[in-house]
Amino acid sequence: MLRDTLQTLLSCYGPSGSEHAVADKVRELLSGHVDSMKTDALGNLIVEKFSADENAKTIMIAAHMDHIGLVVTNIEKEGFLRVSAIGGIGPKLVSGRKLVFADGTPGVCAIEPNKKDPSAQPGLNDVFIDIGAESREEAEKLVSIGDVAVYAPDFTQLGRHKVASPAMDDRCACALLVELLMYADNQKHNIVGVFTTQEEVGLRGATVAAFTVQPDIGLALDVTGWGDTPETDLPAVKLGAGPAVKIMDRSMIATPSVREKLFEAADMAGVAVQREVLAYGGTDGGAIQLSRGGVPTGTLSIPCRYVHSANEVIDMRDMEGALKVLLQFVDLA
Amino acid sequence: MDLKALTEAFGPSGSENEVRKLLKEAASKLCDDITIDRCGNLVCRRQGSDHSKPSVTFAAHMDEIGFIVTGHTEDGLLRFRPIGGVDPRVVVSKWVLIGPEKIKGIIGAMAIHLQTKADRERVLGYDNLYIDIGAADSKEAEKLCPLGTYAVFDTEYTEFGDGFIAARGLDDRVGCKNLLEILKTSDYEGDLCCVFVTQEEVGLRGSTGAAFHLQPDIAIILEGTAANDLGDTPLRYQVCVPGEGVAISFMDHASIADKDLFNQMKDVAVARGIPHQIKRAITGGNDAGSFQTSGKGARTCVLSVPCRYIHSGNNVAKLSDIKAQADLALAFLNSL
Repeated sequence: MLRDTLQTLLSCYGPSGSEHAVADKVRELLSGHVDSMKTDALGNLIVEKFSADENAKTIMIAAHMDHIGLVVTNIEKEGFLRVSAIGGIGPKLVSGRKLVFADGTPGVCAIEPNKKDPSAQPGLNDVFIDIGAESREEAEKLVSIGDVAVYAPDFTQLGRHKVASPAMDDRCACALLVELLMYADNQKHNIVGVFTTQEEVGLRGATVAAFTVQPDIGLALDVTGWGDTPETDLPAVKLGAGPAVKIMDRSMIATPSVREKLFEAADMAGVAVQREVLAYGGTDGGAIQLSRGGVPTGTLSIPCRYVHSANEVIDMRDMEGALKVLLQFVDLA
Repeated sequence: MDLKALTEAFGPSGSENEVRKLLKEAASKLCDDITIDRCGNLVCRRQGSDHSKPSVTFAAHMDEIGFIVTGHTEDGLLRFRPIGGVDPRVVVSKWVLIGPEKIKGIIGAMAIHLQTKADRERVLGYDNLYIDIGAADSKEAEKLCPLGTYAVFDTEYTEFGDGFIAARGLDDRVGCKNLLEILKTSDYEGDLCCVFVTQEEVGLRGSTGAAFHLQPDIAIILEGTAANDLGDTPLRYQVCVPGEGVAISFMDHASIADKDLFNQMKDVAVARGIPHQIKRAITGGNDAGSFQTSGKGARTCVLSVPCRYIHSGNNVAKLSDIKAQADLALAFLNSL
């Protein structure tokens, strides 16, 4: 079920550039359900499920496997780790958080006070990871420069419908894509599901995957922001009010024909959807749309609170709705 | 090809002709298939006999930071702007060579006697800096150095101290030198290409074209990178240290190294006793970014020579690190 798939994928380690554990898990889940699976030079997992219809179009649907993290740049003589950001992650978000490396080595993240200027905003240079080592030599046995720490997995049910976890951006979309590829049956169009890499550092995986796939239609699945907490009003998107059809963000103005097909699919599936205009951020859709001679492209979003924090919150009703829209979309487009 | 000739050749981004000519001449003795593509990249290919081996491209950029003439004042001075990232604090009172004729000019600032305290505390920007070519008036200046004329620091290649060199444009003539070394020494049996690219300093422009038409399985970028190892710089702000070997990058602003290649580089360096270090900061970006994301994409990794005072008129590097870069590139090829 969708929730189990989501939980399975959320438990995988996968910062930008090291997504193979997620890809392996997706391969395992989809084994026997699809026509082909291959991995390219950037680690994108490209999964095909063909239609029997000879007039079928090829729809590339992208969900990114990577999530944000902290990369070790230096090890202090006292055994503490200095870090830089992979993707949009800052000192406020990481301070006090439990982190984990690829091999399971745990650490906690702390901020040092700025003695010269206590009122200064801390930067990532003021952050370090404490892995309990008491010297550089001891730390080097556990961690090397270039290793990446991510928020430790932590899946929590909130209320009746909401769930919180790190990496919800964009594993919730990976879960949707897995379920779509599992349950699409005799659909009208060829689905090429691409589990992409390195979205958080600049849509890099999707850029090359779109070139290889050469789709007729592109669709990105990603989270979007929220406008439903007390002092927030933009984007005008609420959790639990259905998935959102993107009109535009910083990476793309959705191709009107694709956008309208999404509304049509939602209508036919009887799923309420929201309209999304995002003033910041971008998705793999931006890279797909500009590939080669251009690809008509849209994005379907899952509203998500506290994006890039260790507690990204989504509503499972939006997930269930999105899956219905997608199953309809690949039959309609 | 010696580094003296390479670093004294004129080659700011978009005007790489002199460097390319030198390199082409040297490469033609080492390689039969040499072309210049539409972006001005010098492409040296060697077809392999063993197609089970991955195709490998090594890339280094020919261009260097420099200046371009943007105007002339009534009294015959040249207004100018930098090409690539040049800190205006390092340009004052430096000699420059302007245009194909290499006219000498000097970047001037107000004499200290005439400055107020406020003047001395202010950093002069490019709006307040001029190149003096000793011209009588704007007409003469315009005739000698028309709009769009390129300039570079006038720097003589110097060896000093314990195996150090100081020169202009070590970023990335060290890589260019080592590409020739690869062509000379390697007997790699897969497809091999060494490409000398243009316009890296202004946004990876040459390599974007080259990467698209070359489409290698693996692209290794040979670079010069900032060291930042001196003074009381805390460990966490240091990047790499001249003398400690070739720097292997896990990530910069343009790419994340392919994990397997990164580990393979480390393993090969250890196994062959090649001095190496891991670049300890995420700074800059280079042609790996375009190779990784062009066309179907390529697996990439960056090997850099640590350079002090990079993007100034005098970069400082250690000869042993330059050798280590070539050694690791060649040892890596042998390991495939």
